[in-house]
Amino acid sequence: MIEFLHMGGYAPYIWTSYGIALLLMAGLLVQSVRQARAATRESEALKALRPRRRRQRQGSDDE
Amino acid sequence: MVAVFLSVMRRDLLLARRQGGASLLAIAFFVLVVSLFPLGVGPAPETLERIAAGVIWVAALLSVLISLDRLFQADLEDGSLDQLALLPVPLPVVVLGKVAAHWLTTGLPVILTAPLLGLLMQLQPDGYLTMLLAMALGTPILSLIGAVGAALTVGVRRGGVLLTLIATPFYIPVLIFGVGAVEASVTGFPPDAHLLLLAAMLCGALVMAPIAAAAALKLALD
Amino acid sequence: MHRFANPTRFLKLADAVLPWAAVTAAVTLGTGLVWGLGFAPPDYQQGDTVRIMFIHVPAAMMAMGVYVGMAIASATALIWRHMVADLIAKASAPVGAVFCFICLLTGSLWGKPMWGTWWVWDARLTSVLILFFIYLGYMALWQAFEDQAKAARAAAILALVGAVNIPIIKFSVEWWNTLHQPASLITMKGPTIHSSMLWPLLLMIIGFAAYYLTVLVYRVRAEIHLRRSRQIRLEAADRHAAMQAAE
Repeated sequence: MIEFLHMGGYAPYIWTSYGIALLLMAGLLVQSVRQARAATRESEALKALRPRRRRQRQGSDDE
Repeated sequence: MVAVFLSVMRRDLLLARRQGGASLLAIAFFVLVVSLFPLGVGPAPETLERIAAGVIWVAALLSVLISLDRLFQADLEDGSLDQLALLPVPLPVVVLGKVAAHWLTTGLPVILTAPLLGLLMQLQPDGYLTMLLAMALGTPILSLIGAVGAALTVGVRRGGVLLTLIATPFYIPVLIFGVGAVEASVTGFPPDAHLLLLAAMLCGALVMAPIAAAAALKLALD
Repeated sequence: MHRFANPTRFLKLADAVLPWAAVTAAVTLGTGLVWGLGFAPPDYQQGDTVRIMFIHVPAAMMAMGVYVGMAIASATALIWRHMVADLIAKASAPVGAVFCFICLLTGSLWGKPMWGTWWVWDARLTSVLILFFIYLGYMALWQAFEDQAKAARAAAILALVGAVNIPIIKFSVEWWNTLHQPASLITMKGPTIHSSMLWPLLLMIIGFAAYYLTVLVYRVRAEIHLRRSRQIRLEAADRHAAMQAAE
């Protein structure tokens, strides 16, 4: 186990590489998920607040 | 088409002359920036001659860069950009005319001032001719690429900073080969490879940049 | 492709893809990490530092691949005015930038023990650094415009102009004498890495790609909903202004 962590003497280089890479990628994923949830919540809320529109009106890009 | 190109170029040159100072500003900035280096790193000739090519090139690059955000801004503001877009020639031709004027008022003075600054920086005698050639090839590339950046950021708040951020990555290869050419000459090697690469980049930029800049300008005019 | 210019339909597709991408990412990354860190043999020359390759190479491939994807999406958006393609490009940029940064960082951490230096200005490293700056400029350009439709077109132009850098990165190790080693994965003769290292590497590459898809789904979802919110607000403001004018 100690040998594994020691990585033939290159431990700082290897573990820093893996550590920062995984940290950044995890962080990006978390931020993306959070942003998606917040944006979805907000757009649903705004949609609900909108006054009812007549059927004939030109729809927005998603209707 | 050539007639329109020439008249657009002439118009810009006339405007530059009337407003005054554009070329002088570029030269003054160029000289000032280069002069900072002997003051900063010390006047020892060996140090200066080692960094001469790089310093002169970086300063030239910056001098071109700072003059770029005016390229389309004034025309956008007073409405002449709309008129230029309506001309019966493709917009890239108009862009080329403006870029040509820009190079004549910025790039060319920089090229002509460079040998003087070479003296200031103890540039070796073998380097001067190559410096002129490399800059003659390189500064138009800088104007062309810069025009794309200027077109993308015209009308944008703090567009100047954004322009720098956008243009600089593309300036790096020009810098690398421009300096490489001079360094090659100074150390006794032929600069041909570097100069040919610069020439190739110039050809590429001549084709791509006006088209990209025109597309970006049409956006700004919508 | 045009079917998915409709954001609602695209979201349905994205939602269907998401679980597959996420599970694939988790499985391949998990397996690849364990294999690469624990079971792959150390290199006879480089020792254990070769394990950095399992992060560095996938990150590098994705940094370039994502940019190519951005360029294609940008071209699609420009040519066909595809309503979702520009958002795909926008959403991809931060992921590509992160990959690029990881590539540069791990490369530096690999270079120090192997080459004796944290950085060298050779063709490969310099052109990847340029790629990183292009990513930053691209993201900054999106932020600079109030009008998101204009931002999309401007960013698309920049993405296409910057695409010239990609072949330069790819072929830099062949065109110039660089310190960076030449290609050993995608060569004319096939991979030249030993299979004991090749398999974990392939797993990691797939893992990184699946990760990209996962993150992309979330980011595009966010962008689509942000755009909807913006449109609703603009409509409300227009209505308000119209009512005020009528008074």
